[in-house]
Amino acid sequence: MPGLGAMRESKTVVENVFRQESGRIIATLIRLAGSFDLAEEAMQEAFATALETWPAKGVPEKPGAWITAVAQRKLIDHGRRERTRREKQDPLLYETPTIHEPEAEALFAAEEAMYPDDRLRLIFTCCHPALNMEAQVALTLRTLGGLTTPEIARAFLVPEPTLAQRVVRAKQKISEAHIPYEVPPRAQIPERLAAVQAVIYLIFNEGYAATAGDSLIRRDLCNEAIRLGRMLCDLLPHEAENSGLLALMLLHDSRRAARTDSQGHLVTLEEQNRSQWDQQRIVEGLERLQDAMEQRRSGPYQLQAAISALHAEASSPEATDWKQIAALYRSLLRLSPSPVVALNHAVAVAMSEGLEKGLAQIDSVGESGRLDQYHLFHAARADILRRLGRKKEAAAAYREAISLATNKVEQEYLSRRLEELQL
Amino acid sequence: MRYMLLIYTKEDEVAWASQQEMATIANGHMSVMAEARSKGVLQGAEPLAPTTTATTVRLQNGKTMIVDGPFAETKEQLAGYYILECQDLDAAIAWATKIPTACGGLQGCVEIRPMRFMNQGAGSAPRA
Repeated sequence: MPGLGAMRESKTVVENVFRQESGRIIATLIRLAGSFDLAEEAMQEAFATALETWPAKGVPEKPGAWITAVAQRKLIDHGRRERTRREKQDPLLYETPTIHEPEAEALFAAEEAMYPDDRLRLIFTCCHPALNMEAQVALTLRTLGGLTTPEIARAFLVPEPTLAQRVVRAKQKISEAHIPYEVPPRAQIPERLAAVQAVIYLIFNEGYAATAGDSLIRRDLCNEAIRLGRMLCDLLPHEAENSGLLALMLLHDSRRAARTDSQGHLVTLEEQNRSQWDQQRIVEGLERLQDAMEQRRSGPYQLQAAISALHAEASSPEATDWKQIAALYRSLLRLSPSPVVALNHAVAVAMSEGLEKGLAQIDSVGESGRLDQYHLFHAARADILRRLGRKKEAAAAYREAISLATNKVEQEYLSRRLEELQL
Repeated sequence: MRYMLLIYTKEDEVAWASQQEMATIANGHMSVMAEARSKGVLQGAEPLAPTTTATTVRLQNGKTMIVDGPFAETKEQLAGYYILECQDLDAAIAWATKIPTACGGLQGCVEIRPMRFMNQGAGSAPRA
């Protein structure tokens, strides 16, 4: 009978194995089972078995392979029971088995088992364009992120039953419409990969958005996104934008601790205490960016990462290379033109070539009216007007920004700026 | 696995299409059908007469109602269908992108619906 200590230790080991390997395990089981639900059930049972047997027998050398093999055996048993049941119901119906039944010896050589990595299939399936964006995000986090339904629901500020339904419907769509469990053909990879990157980046941004409460789960989301980004780089190492995306997330994340003060107030980039920036994240981010650039295939994520890198490398706001940042925004404008990118470019121009010039450019970007509802447009105008000493105009712009801001922390920051004008 | 591909077009724009545009569309359909037939996947494909010729039958308060026109006024209208035997959704999508819906730059779309029947063929697609 294993002692309490051994059991507690095993529980931690099992939890760690789950955290690190469940994505890979479930990816293989889905392929073997031809079903998300069956795979999940089998995996859960296998982990339960691990909790029972590892304290006494010790942790296997390849815990992931062990879990997969045990789960596979459960799938086979389930398949047998299903066939028997069906044969009893209607002897005329036959079903092509979807489970390949390995020889008995192979099953017991679990430690020797080599399972190919099916995570690419899984992530491309989760991010299939036939699923809506919310479904893609929920399913990706549920399977590859290893987050529970309640955790995902809390992170996205959505009621748990709503989130659970999203996952159920996504699986039903995959099943009924026969979305294939495959890596897309080469010709479609660019488009499909862009969808995967968009999902990962959306998860990151959700976690990164400044909120008044629940900061812990938000940080978890950023960590999950980074983890998924690393996985994508490992699985598809020759896609420069994968590294670009990872670099971007790492560099943004490096500033996490400095973005809010002890009272939860927003601290802008200019005002941040740079000694609070996570140097490890910065170093890794810069390395990943370097990896990306060596592949000589630029893209929007790499450009955004390069901009973030210039901030990360500046020891103080005054040391920021705004000219280079403006140049990078010009390149980004060519690749993905949008009013928001144009706005950011104009701000960089303000910082590098003069506030008046920048303001004029911001105003011309705003002429189309497309940024009228965008609170950061008005915030940017307000900020420059403030620096120019044009207080009345700055106040008007701050008020506009406050009325449009959706986030309490940002609203509070803007209100504070408005007060400081002392009008 | 069979899929029905439902072709939707803007009828009022189609009405203004030139002879040439109509011929291009018709040829497009012919070539898709020929290719699908040669690959053994075409199970049916027909154009439908416009919604001005439609009649809708409904049961309301226990009585059969017969009404002139389609079941609802929509921005785009059902113009025809294909039934294709496809390995999976991606294959159906590939066919859908070949089907001409637009007339000379006009809008249109193809809705893909899996068809239900008792025996599903073996395939690589995961079940729920």
